[in-house]
Amino acid sequence: MPIINDTLFFDEKAHGEALERALMMSPQEVVMEIRESGLRGRGGAGFPTGTKWMLALSAKADKKFVVCNADEGEPGTFKDRVLLSEYTKLVLEGMVIGGYAIQAQKGFIYLRGEYAYLLEHLNTFLERMRKENRLGDNILGTSFSFDIEIRLGSGAYVCGEETALIESLEGHRGEARNRPPFPVNTGYLGYPTIVNNVETFACAYIVMSKGAQWFAKYGTEKSKGMKLISVSGDCKKPGVYEVPFGITVKELLELVQADRTKAVQIGGASGICIPMSEINRNISFEDIPTGGSVIIFNEDRSMLKVLRNFMEFFVEESCGQCTPCRVGNKKLLEGVEMLEKGECSHRYLNELIELGKTMQIASKCGLGQSSPNPFISIVTNFKDEIMSNSIRGNNGR
Amino acid sequence: MIFPDKNVLVNEVDTLVRKYGNGRESLLPILQDIQRKFGFISDFAMQEVAHQLNIHPVEVYGVVTFYSFLSTEPKGKYVIRLCKTISCELAGKDAVANTLERELNLKFGETSMDRKFTLEYCHCIGMCDQGPAMLINESVYTKLTPSKVIEIIESLK
Ligand SMILES: Cc1cc2nc3c(=O)[nH]c(=O)nc-3n(C[C@H](O)[C@H](O)[C@H](O)COP(=O)(O)O)c2cc1C
Ligand code: SF4
Ligand code: FES
Repeated sequence: MPIINDTLFFDEKAHGEALERALMMSPQEVVMEIRESGLRGRGGAGFPTGTKWMLALSAKADKKFVVCNADEGEPGTFKDRVLLSEYTKLVLEGMVIGGYAIQAQKGFIYLRGEYAYLLEHLNTFLERMRKENRLGDNILGTSFSFDIEIRLGSGAYVCGEETALIESLEGHRGEARNRPPFPVNTGYLGYPTIVNNVETFACAYIVMSKGAQWFAKYGTEKSKGMKLISVSGDCKKPGVYEVPFGITVKELLELVQADRTKAVQIGGASGICIPMSEINRNISFEDIPTGGSVIIFNEDRSMLKVLRNFMEFFVEESCGQCTPCRVGNKKLLEGVEMLEKGECSHRYLNELIELGKTMQIASKCGLGQSSPNPFISIVTNFKDEIMSNSIRGNNGR
Repeated sequence: MIFPDKNVLVNEVDTLVRKYGNGRESLLPILQDIQRKFGFISDFAMQEVAHQLNIHPVEVYGVVTFYSFLSTEPKGKYVIRLCKTISCELAGKDAVANTLERELNLKFGETSMDRKFTLEYCHCIGMCDQGPAMLINESVYTKLTPSKVIEIIESLK
């Protein structure tokens, strides 16, 4: 696995004894340490993990839950799969640390159905943790008890959204809820629940083993630590990379040996597409935030074809609950079809961009709020290319 | 896989309810196991699950139809799901799709008459750096080429 600079995940020696250290501290101290590290959620939105845990710790309830979001459905993302299969300990013990920090009794891994082949490995690992007293009753001889259960998803992208995920865990259709209330107060079965990404738990493990100061040495002012990036598309060395936040797109392209690049999609289908003129921008919450999906397109690729692929994805994955997303994505896809046929006037294109902006504001959950991103960025950044099709049928594909 | 006998189903649901509990949160694990074992969730199965969990059958139907991995129609013994998302498309998904359709004599969305194969598309399965990729039931196949696909299909026939 390719790495640069120092490495957090991919160096076994850096792992240390996080669980032991956490259990010697009070839950408040663990939460403070996570806060000090500046760790922000790795699932995409970047909510400060310490704050989330603090809210859940201070919520009064007789039961609390920890949920590891392993739904990894964003097109172009696969780093959570690699963490779960090769760095299992960091993720699972990170969950135990999270459970201790908020004083929960139970954790769930919501594993996407597509990753069912990881079940056996994960269950074996959990069993081993129970035998070693790192899971179950009175963990490592303390008064803290916590167990983890794996639940499978069933092929719905929207279930990665945290409230839809909770609905799904409760046995319902995976339809997002209105927020507030937030899961930290009203989560699984109405109890305080933290939902965090797989990589976030692994980072929490590293913070607890190496200390907040050490972790915060990496990255930028507002984006601390290292980030796993899943790279695919047109390059010689696709795969998972661990890079410091603040890395420029240009540096990343060199690292993965991409040449003749035309465009880079950052953040998956719900992310943005940038042209070569913007490759000095960087990956961080200050500039281009991402859960870690980077897809590279070279000069031979048709950006309309790329856009069509993303829009088909959203039309099929919209849960249909709210109108802006259900109808809006269909309209945008129709717009792509018109562009392909050379039938979309510039005026209508502008109307579609306005529709996209409305969807960003008016949709109920993150799916509909972010689904117009690729449309807006591709038609804006590659206008000459996408407006070049002739109405007479030369569809440029 | 044949159409399950009603008694078999009642017993199966019974066993699953004992395994997972009769709370609403057990619904998805129960349905997933039925899907895995019988290849679909029949009307009768939905009614039986609803009965044993004490919820309305419409609730169960609503859940089954929401999730793409659960189905009310019988699926084949081997459910083949080819990723059609962008990275796999760039990597040559179309050639693989054509080969699958031809070798199985099926269109995407269809199940063979003998209920051996179902051919479907799916979205990104997290193998984007090794595309084109597909799932057959719960196993993953990567870096597919037409000849590799032919080999895989032959081994299942
Ligand atoms: C449509 C949609 C899909 C999502 N899918 C995932 C996912 O697969 N994994 C994930 O960790 N977060 C996903 N999220 C973000 C979650 O809602 C949530 O913000 C995240 O799990 C919080 O964890 P973090 O703070 O550790 O990042 C998704 C959000 C949306 C709107
Ligand atoms: S934005 Fe889309 S996915 Fe989210 S609730 Fe509305 S219809 Fe469902
Ligand atoms: S795009 Fe096919 S596996 Fe991700």
